Amino acid sequence: MLRAILLIVRKDLTVEVRSRELAYTTLFFAVSCVLVFAFSLVQEGRAAEGVGAGVLWMAIMFAGNLALGRTFERERQSETLRALMLVPAPRPAVYLGKLTGIVLLLAITEAVLVPLVALLFESALLSHPFWLASVVATGTVGFAAVGTLFAAMLVRARSRDVLLPVLLYPITVPVLIAGVRATVAIAQPEFEVDVVRFWLMLLIAFDIVFITLALWTFEPVMTD
Amino acid sequence: MPKWFQPTTLLCAALFAISPFVIANAPYESTMGLVQKVFYYHMPSAWVFLTASVICGSASARFLATGNPRHDRTALAAAEMAVLFGLLTLVTGPLWARKAWGTWWIWDARITSSLVGWMIAWAYLILRQYGGPGSEKLAAGLALFGTANVPFIYVSVNYWRTIHPATTVVPKLPFSMGFPLLFCLAAFYLLMFLLMKLRTRVAEQQARLDAIYLSLDEQA
Repeated sequence: MLRAILLIVRKDLTVEVRSRELAYTTLFFAVSCVLVFAFSLVQEGRAAEGVGAGVLWMAIMFAGNLALGRTFERERQSETLRALMLVPAPRPAVYLGKLTGIVLLLAITEAVLVPLVALLFESALLSHPFWLASVVATGTVGFAAVGTLFAAMLVRARSRDVLLPVLLYPITVPVLIAGVRATVAIAQPEFEVDVVRFWLMLLIAFDIVFITLALWTFEPVMTD
Repeated sequence: MPKWFQPTTLLCAALFAISPFVIANAPYESTMGLVQKVFYYHMPSAWVFLTASVICGSASARFLATGNPRHDRTALAAAEMAVLFGLLTLVTGPLWARKAWGTWWIWDARITSSLVGWMIAWAYLILRQYGGPGSEKLAAGLALFGTANVPFIYVSVNYWRTIHPATTVVPKLPFSMGFPLLFCLAAFYLLMFLLMKLRTRVAEQQARLDAIYLSLDEQA
C-alpha cells in the first residue's frame, strides 16, 4: 500500500519536474491573486488589520482549485486515468498518492505566498513560524483531501471546470474559517496560544474525518 | 398514485388554509409583538429543511453502499425539499431578525450553517443537472460530505458568538403558542411528505420509461 502511494507520488513528481506546468501556473496564479487583493484592499499604503490572513487563505483556495482541476485533467487528456484505475493496488492508495502530490505542490506555492502576503500586507505572519506552519499544513491537507476526491469524481462529468469550485467551496468553509481565525491570532501582537490551539484542533479533526470519508467513498464513486 | 394520496393532499391544503387563523389567535409575544408570528412558519420550515437534509445524507450513504437506485431517488427528492424549505427558512429568518435584532443578517452559528447547508443542497442539484451521466454517484458522495460537514461549520462559527434562541425554548412554550407551532409543524411535515412522494414517483416513472426505451432498442 505504502509502496503504491510512493510510486504514484513519484510518477506525478516526475511528470511535473519535466513539464513544470502545474507548479508554474499555480504559483503564478496565486501571486496574481495576491496582487489583485493588494490593489483592491491596500489603501494609502496600508491594509486593514487582519486582512493578510484572509488574503493568504483565499489565494491558497483559489490556486488549490486550479491545481486540483488540472492534475486530473492531465490524466484524462493523456488517457492515463484508466491505467491509474487499473493499478494493482487498493483504490485508496491511488487517492492518497494523488493527495500527497497536491499537498506537496501547494506547499511549494505557500512557501512563496506566505512571505509575499506578510510583505505586501504588513502582517506579522512569520512571528510564530512553527504555529503558522502547523495551521497552514493542516488546512491545506483538509482542503486538498476534499478537493482531490471531488476532482477525481468530476473527471468524467460534464462541465467539470465549473462544478469543482461549486462543490468544493461550500464544503471547505470550516477550513477557511479555522485557517483564517488561527492565522489572525498568530499575526496579532499579543499571541494567544489557546485560540490558535483550538482552531488547529478543529482543523486536525476536519482532516481526520474527511480523509476517512474520502477513503471510503473513493472506491464506490470511481467504479463504473 | 396510492388511494390515500388525494385525501391527504386535501388535508394538507386545509391545514395550510386554516393556519393563518390559528396563528392570528395566538397571543402576542411580550417583547417582539406581531413580528414574532413569523416564527410559526420559520421554525417548521427550518425543521423540515433539516429533516430533508438528513434524509438526503442517509439515503445517499445507503445508495453508495448498496447501489440501489431507490435510495438515489429518495436522496434527489429530499435534496429538492431541502432547497425549497431552506429558501423559506432563509427568507423568513431575516424578516424576523430585522425587527427582533435590528439587523437583517448575522453571522451566527445556526444561520451560517443553514446557509452553507442550503448551498450544498443546491450544489447537489446543480451537479445532478449538469454533471452528465454517472453524476448520481458523485452527488451521493457530495451529500455524504455535506452531512459530515454540518458539525464542523457549527462549531467553527459558534466560536464567535451566537444570539439565536436556544432549542430549549420550544418545550417551555405556553400551550397558546405551542399549539399553533405544532399545527404548523404538522402542516409543513405533511407537505414535505407529499411532495417527496410525488417527486420520487416522477423519478420512478422516468426510470421505468428509460428501461422501456432501452428494451425496445434492444429488440429493434
